[in-house]
Amino acid sequence: MFIINCPYCGEREQSEFKAGGEAHIVRPKQPTELSDDEWAEYLFMRKNIKGIQFERWVHTHGCRKWFNVVRDTSNDKIKAVYKMGEKPPTK
Amino acid sequence: MRNKYSLFSLVKNAFSYHENWGKAWKDPEPKKEYDAIIIGGGGHGLATAYYLAKKHQMTNIAVVEKGWIGGGNTGRNTTIIRSNYLWDASAGLYDHALKIWEGLSQELNYNVMFSQRGVMNLAHNLQDVRDLKRRTHANRLNGIDAVYLNTEQVKKFCPIINTSPDIRYPVLGGTLQKRAGTARHDAVAWGYARGADEMGVDIIQNCEVKGIKRNGDSVEGIETTKGFIKTKKIGVVAAGHSSVIANMAGLRLPLESKPLQALVSEPVKPIIDTVVMSNAVHAYVSQSDKGELVIGAGTDDYVSYSQKGSHDIVEGTLNAILELYPIFSRMRMLRQWGGIVDICPDASPIISKTSIKGLYFNCGWGTGGFKATPGSGDLFAHTIANDEPHKLNAAFNINRFISGDLVDEHGAAAVAH
Repeated sequence: MFIINCPYCGEREQSEFKAGGEAHIVRPKQPTELSDDEWAEYLFMRKNIKGIQFERWVHTHGCRKWFNVVRDTSNDKIKAVYKMGEKPPTK
Repeated sequence: MRNKYSLFSLVKNAFSYHENWGKAWKDPEPKKEYDAIIIGGGGHGLATAYYLAKKHQMTNIAVVEKGWIGGGNTGRNTTIIRSNYLWDASAGLYDHALKIWEGLSQELNYNVMFSQRGVMNLAHNLQDVRDLKRRTHANRLNGIDAVYLNTEQVKKFCPIINTSPDIRYPVLGGTLQKRAGTARHDAVAWGYARGADEMGVDIIQNCEVKGIKRNGDSVEGIETTKGFIKTKKIGVVAAGHSSVIANMAGLRLPLESKPLQALVSEPVKPIIDTVVMSNAVHAYVSQSDKGELVIGAGTDDYVSYSQKGSHDIVEGTLNAILELYPIFSRMRMLRQWGGIVDICPDASPIISKTSIKGLYFNCGWGTGGFKATPGSGDLFAHTIANDEPHKLNAAFNINRFISGDLVDEHGAAAVAH
C-alpha cells in the first residue's frame, strides 16, 4: 500500500491505479520475421527485479492515463514518475 | 530411524519431563563440495532433498536456506490441498501429490496433520456453473473424485453459507472434492527436514546464496554468505525469489513476483469443518485445529518483494467473506501477512532443466504451491537425478513458453489467481 504521484492528477492512493508491468519493452518492428525464441522473450520473459524497477501504471479510477514509475520493489518506495514517451531518469 | 517417534518414545520421554528429546536435525557447516545443492529450504526444497536421498541414493547433498527452514511461503500459506485441476497435465501433477499426502505422516514418522475434510468450490454465475460442471467431468475422466452440488446440497454440506438469492453474488452451486483438505504447513517442512537429515542431507540455515558460478554452459558452484560451495548440480526452489537466483546465473524466467495475503481470526469453537473456496468473489476460508479461521485473500497486481500487500485487497476479501458468512460479522482478525509468490503467465509451475547444464528450476507455483509439496519434491528430485523430467512433469518444462504449449490453468483451476 503506497501513494503514487500521478503526473496528471497528483498524489493518489495506489488502489486507484493498475500496474502494467515492466516498462520499455518495445514491440518488435518486424513481427513476421521473429523466431519462437524471440517471441518468448518479448511476450513472457521478465526481469522481475528485486530493487529498482522501471514499470508502467495506469490511473484506472482517475484520469485513465498511462505513465511510467521507477520503484524499489524490495520496499515499494517510488523514486520517480515520468510520462509516456519521456526519457527515463538516469539516477 | 534414530529418534523414531512412537507412543513408546512419548511415554519414555515423559519420565524425563520431555527434556531429553534428540534434535530433529543437525545444524552443520557446509562442506567444500556436494553432489547436488538445493537452494531454498521450504517444503518443496526439503521434499526434493528427501526424495533425492531416498529414491535416488544421492545423500551427499545440501539444502541451503537464507533464513530458517519453512520460514518463507511454507509458513505463510493457507494450507489447502486439492487436485481438482482441469487439464490432464495438471491433474496428473496435483493428484500425484495428493496420493503421497495420503500416506505422508506414516512415511515420515511425523504427523503432518493431513485432514481430508473436503474442498468445496462455489459457483456464483452461470459461467461459473458451466465451468465447474465441465471441470467435474474432466476430473472424473482423470480418476479424480469430484461431484457437482446444487445450492441446496451446498447449504447442506456447509450450513453457515448464505445461500439467499438476494445477495450480490448468489451461490448457484459448487463442486466438492472429498479427498482434498488441509495439512499442518510447518510440520511438512520439519518432517521432510528430519527425514532428509536422517539420510545424511546437510540442511544449512542462515546461508544466503550470493552468486552462481558458471563455467561456460555448466555450473560449478554457489557463492554464499558461508563461502563458496562446489557442486555440479543446483536445484533452485526459491519461490518468489526465483528470478533473483536466475539473474545470478544470467537467465531470464517468465515470472512476476507479487504479494499474496492471508489472515487469521481469533480462535473460536468448531464452526466450519471443510474448506470453502470462491473464485468469483475471491474468498476462501477454513478453520485451523486451533480454531482460527484461515482466510486467503488475493494477489496485488504489481511486482513486489516487500512481503506486504495492499489494504484494499484484504478489504475486498473480507467483504466477500461477510456476505457469504454473515455469522462471522463480529469476528476479530488477529493477524494478517503477505508472502511473495512467483506467477507464470499460464498459472502453472515450472519443474524443469534449463539451458545451463546442471541448473534446474522448480518455480512458478504462484498462489497454490503448498498442495503440491510432496509431488513437486518427488518429480524435481527425479529431474535432477536423471537429468530428464519424469513423465508427470514433462509438460511443465520451461520451453513451453517458446513452443506455445502452455498449461493454461488461469481461471480453469477453480481458483482465482
